Amino acid sequence: MIEALQYEFMRNAVAAGLLAAVACGIVGVYVVVKRMVFISGGIAHTSFGGVGLGYFLGINPIIGALLFALGSGVAIGVMTRRTRLPEDTAIGVLWALGMALGVVLIGLTPGYAPDLMSYLFGNILTVPAGDLLLMLVLDAIILGMVIALYKEYFVVAFDEEYATAVGMPVERLWLLLLGMIALTVVVLIRVVGMILVIALLTFPAAMARRFTHSMKAMMALAVAFGAAFTIGGLALSYALRLPSGATIILLSGCSLAIVLAVTSRRSRG
Amino acid sequence: MSDMNTEAVIELSDVTVRYGDFVALEDVNLVVLPHDFLGIIGPNGGGKSTLLKVIMGLIVPDKGVVRVLGETPGRARQSVGYVAQRPSFDREFPASVQDVVLMGRYPLAGLFRRYSAADVEAVEHALDRVGMREARHKQIGRLSGGEQQRVFIARALVGKPELLLLDEPLAGVDPTMQAELYELLDELRRSLTVVMVSHDIGAISVHVESIACLNRRLYHHGSGELTPGVLEATYQCPVQFIVHGPVPHRVLKEHDA
Repeated sequence: MIEALQYEFMRNAVAAGLLAAVACGIVGVYVVVKRMVFISGGIAHTSFGGVGLGYFLGINPIIGALLFALGSGVAIGVMTRRTRLPEDTAIGVLWALGMALGVVLIGLTPGYAPDLMSYLFGNILTVPAGDLLLMLVLDAIILGMVIALYKEYFVVAFDEEYATAVGMPVERLWLLLLGMIALTVVVLIRVVGMILVIALLTFPAAMARRFTHSMKAMMALAVAFGAAFTIGGLALSYALRLPSGATIILLSGCSLAIVLAVTSRRSRG
Repeated sequence: MSDMNTEAVIELSDVTVRYGDFVALEDVNLVVLPHDFLGIIGPNGGGKSTLLKVIMGLIVPDKGVVRVLGETPGRARQSVGYVAQRPSFDREFPASVQDVVLMGRYPLAGLFRRYSAADVEAVEHALDRVGMREARHKQIGRLSGGEQQRVFIARALVGKPELLLLDEPLAGVDPTMQAELYELLDELRRSLTVVMVSHDIGAISVHVESIACLNRRLYHHGSGELTPGVLEATYQCPVQFIVHGPVPHRVLKEHDA
C-alpha cells in the first residue's frame, strides 16, 4: 500500500477518502440523531437523474448530480412541511422518479455511458483531480455552515418545538440541513456510489455514538472512523483486488457490528 | 387600558384566535400581575397551548390586544422562559445536562453568535436553583422524568426571565416528584411570575395562587375558588371535586343532579 502511493491515482484516492470522511462524519451525525437516513437515501438516488442529465447534455455528470441532489433536498423539505404528503411517500416518489429519469436520459444519449458503474457503486481509484477540487469546495461549505450554525442545529435536532418557541427560523434551518445532506451525497458519490452513500452517512456516526454523549466529540470521532473506513477499505480492495466502494462499506459494516456487540454487552453487564 | 394595569406582566384584552373555521380562543381577557402564580386548567383542545403561544408571540391573534411586560409579545420574548410539555427527545441524544440548559441562552445570544463564558456561568447558576448542578455533565437521557423536568425548568430560567410559562409540566412525573416541582415553582415565584397550564384539574396544587379555566373562553378566579358551575362551563360535564397537594385539599361541593 505504501509503495502504491507513488502513483498519482492512489494519492488521489487517499485524498478522496479523507475528503469524504469529513463530510460524512459531520453531516452523518445530524442524519443519525435526527433520523434522516431514509431522506438521505432519497436525495442520493434522486441525484441519478442528474447523472443521466450530465451524460445527455455532455457535461460532467457530477454537476448534474449536484443540481439534482440540491433540488430533491428542497423538494422533500417543502413537500413534507407545506403539504400533507407523508414524509416517506415524498421520499419514495422522488427516489423512483429520479432513477427513472436518469435511466431514460442515459438511454437517449448516443453511444455508451463511460464510468456509469462508478456513479452507482463508486470507484475511489478513478476520481479525477477536478472532482477532488469540487469535493474540497463542498467540504469547506459544509464545515463553514456547521461551524456558523452549530448551536442552532443543536437545538433543532434536540427539540424542534422548543426551537420554534425561542424564535429560531426552524423551517429555513431544516431546508439548509437538507441542502448540506445533498452536498454530502455529492462528495460521497465518487467514493462509494449513490447506492451506498447512506452507509457512509450512517455507519461512522452510529459507531461514534457508542463512545460519547457530546455532539462535538461524536462529530470528531465520526470523521476519524470515516477516514479509517475509506482508507482501510481502499487498502483492502487494492490488496485483494476487490471493488473499492463495496469493500469500504463492508469494512465499516463489520466494524459497526463488532462495536455494537461489544458496547451493548458492556452496558448490560 | 386603565392605569391600574401598567405594571401587569400579561395583559390580554378581547383576544380571539381562529384556525380556519375553528375558534380556539374567544374574547379572552386576562391580567396577570407580578409574582402571581396562575394555573390555567381546561380540557385538551381547549386552547391552552394556543394561549401560551399568543403570550409568546408565536401566534398573532385575529382580534384583540396582547401586552407582555408592557411590550408586544415578540419584543418581550427575551424575558419569557418557556417549559414545554415533556419533549419527546431521543434518550440517546448526544447532549449533556449543561448542553441542554445552554439552549436557553439562545434568545440572548442570537443567530451565529457563540455562547460565552457568561452563558456557561448562567447555566451553572440556573442548575443550582433547581438543584441539578451535580448532574451537569450527565447525558440528559439518563436522568429520571422528574430530574429532566428540573433541567428543562433550568433551561427556561437561564435566560433570566421575568415570566415563566409552563405547558403541562407535570405530565408523566410521579406524585412525589410533582410535589417537589411545586415547591420549586413556589420558590421561584418570589423572583418571577409563573403561569402554568394543565388539562389535569388535580394538578393544580395548593401552591397555585389563582386559577383560570379555559375552554375557548377564559374564566378567571382571583384566588382559588372554583365553583362547580365554572368547572362545568369549562369541561362541559359535571366535575365532582378537585384534590390538591399532599395534605391541604380544596374540595368542591358535590354537584346536585
